[in-house]
Amino acid sequence: MITILLLWITGIGPPANVRAHDVPSDGGGVVVIEWNLAPDDALLDGYEIHRSENGVDFVKVGFIGRGRRSFQDQTHDGTTYVYKVAAVSDTLRAFSLPSAEVTSHASWINVAKLNIYVAMIIFGGLILYFISCARRGKALFIRKIAGLQAIDDAVGRATEMGKPILYVLGLGYIEDIATIASLNILGEVAKKTAQYNTKLIVPNADPIVYTVAREIVKESYTNVGRPDAYDPESVFFLAREQMAYAAGVDGIMMREKPATNFLVGYFAAESLVLAETGAATGAIQIAGTDALSQLPFFVTACDYTLIGEELYAASAYISKRPLLLGAIKGEDYAKVIIAAALILASIIGLLSRFPILNLFQ
Amino acid sequence: MNISTDPWIWIASILSLAILSFLYKENPIFRAAEHIFLGVANGYLVTFYWHRILMPILFRPLFQQGDLLLIIPFVVGILYLTRFIPRLSWLVRIPIAIYMGYWTGVLIPATIQAQIIKQMQGTVLTSQNFQAWNAGSWGIVWSVIIFIGVLCTLSYFYFSREHKGVIGATSRVGIVFVMTGFGAAFGYTVMARISLLIGQLQFLLGDWLGIIK
Repeated sequence: MITILLLWITGIGPPANVRAHDVPSDGGGVVVIEWNLAPDDALLDGYEIHRSENGVDFVKVGFIGRGRRSFQDQTHDGTTYVYKVAAVSDTLRAFSLPSAEVTSHASWINVAKLNIYVAMIIFGGLILYFISCARRGKALFIRKIAGLQAIDDAVGRATEMGKPILYVLGLGYIEDIATIASLNILGEVAKKTAQYNTKLIVPNADPIVYTVAREIVKESYTNVGRPDAYDPESVFFLAREQMAYAAGVDGIMMREKPATNFLVGYFAAESLVLAETGAATGAIQIAGTDALSQLPFFVTACDYTLIGEELYAASAYISKRPLLLGAIKGEDYAKVIIAAALILASIIGLLSRFPILNLFQ
Repeated sequence: MNISTDPWIWIASILSLAILSFLYKENPIFRAAEHIFLGVANGYLVTFYWHRILMPILFRPLFQQGDLLLIIPFVVGILYLTRFIPRLSWLVRIPIAIYMGYWTGVLIPATIQAQIIKQMQGTVLTSQNFQAWNAGSWGIVWSVIIFIGVLCTLSYFYFSREHKGVIGATSRVGIVFVMTGFGAAFGYTVMARISLLIGQLQFLLGDWLGIIK
């Protein structure tokens, strides 16, 4: 009370040197206003930030407590603004001089993310280089992957037993890398089922993945000269809802008793429900996913599991497409660079005072 | 015992039991519940897309408010339906290509930042990372274990060489780290699943039968 009375008598001083500037390296829509604290800062409630588009009519756009020297205002890109900051104590206001004009805009390059840009250029460059090598016919070696060796046996087993093969693509959307890799493997599995005249069942959880899967299976049957054997009903949409999809696939497993289950793609909590049911039916199970939290369940309940990136490599290995082989080769070299960078950064981090971790923000 | 009189709780409980009957074997009751579940889920999906996406985001702004820019996504979306016209079915590749291209562009920088750059930041051996463990001098030990684990795991996922010699040895160490991680994740997730089961039992024994509170 005494403080307010004192301020009434003596008046309050305004904040000085109000500066407003656009935030550099951002997506636009933000202006930062900064000021020097008012002389009576310790006695104030805080600061009001007022904005004007014509330099005459100011409206309050924010309030911030005492001791603070900056404020971020949400703005429309391309509009010019002028700011004043008022020191506030109860009903008293002491306005600063207006700031210079400021306009926010989006930046083309975020300097803070330059390291990601460099990484993208290096990794992308490596992948493009190896894709071009593969397209020129250069042999690119990829080691054998255990789960893939089992595909022939699994299809042969289903043929001998006269039972179908179930191919589950999981819950992934078409943009998920696991789903794309799974679709490549599906194409090769479909070729084999076409050759052996084995029934293939492909239930889908996503309408777009369903569309693509259907085209891939149809194309595979055509490529091996068996378009007549393609059954349009073999690839179908089941449900988008996770557990409804799981219940539907479980029902198919129990009724159709497939000889082989492929659980390849992106999976979530339904993974163990599917893998357990498949194991209970006695089917050979080949699983693959990059969902780290689900891999333990596949490792436990399936005969073969493609772990994470093995799934991507498997899709390249099995399809032999230059695009995929080049990508895997490029990724391999990226891993070498990452390992080298880790060792080098650790040496610098241990032997010098250079803030090496700042490079990995 | 205070059995529920709410018909929806009865329906939910009976359907829950029908699904659980699968634990015995596949049977007509489970089959009925499975088909109801699938039908309801798909019906819900259709109404969800209609009321929450197509109407508020596309049809109303385009046809009532005259936002003509939305014609572009509308036409691209319509191309999905060309799959039903054999002569034009190739057009379905256009929306799929746009969709995949957009998401690839969005996800690559985010993935590099979150799954490569940040992982590297946590793996580099520095005094700052040693202290991050809050384990005193043991922080150095844990950091070194993580460092070795990351390098060996990377070598396991190196596909350009057979797993023989040095890479064979490091990849074997790497798969031990991977499996240790899986073991921890397995235990953690099983705990979460048990809690889901407890929740469902509480619903059946509490909300439905009123045996427990």
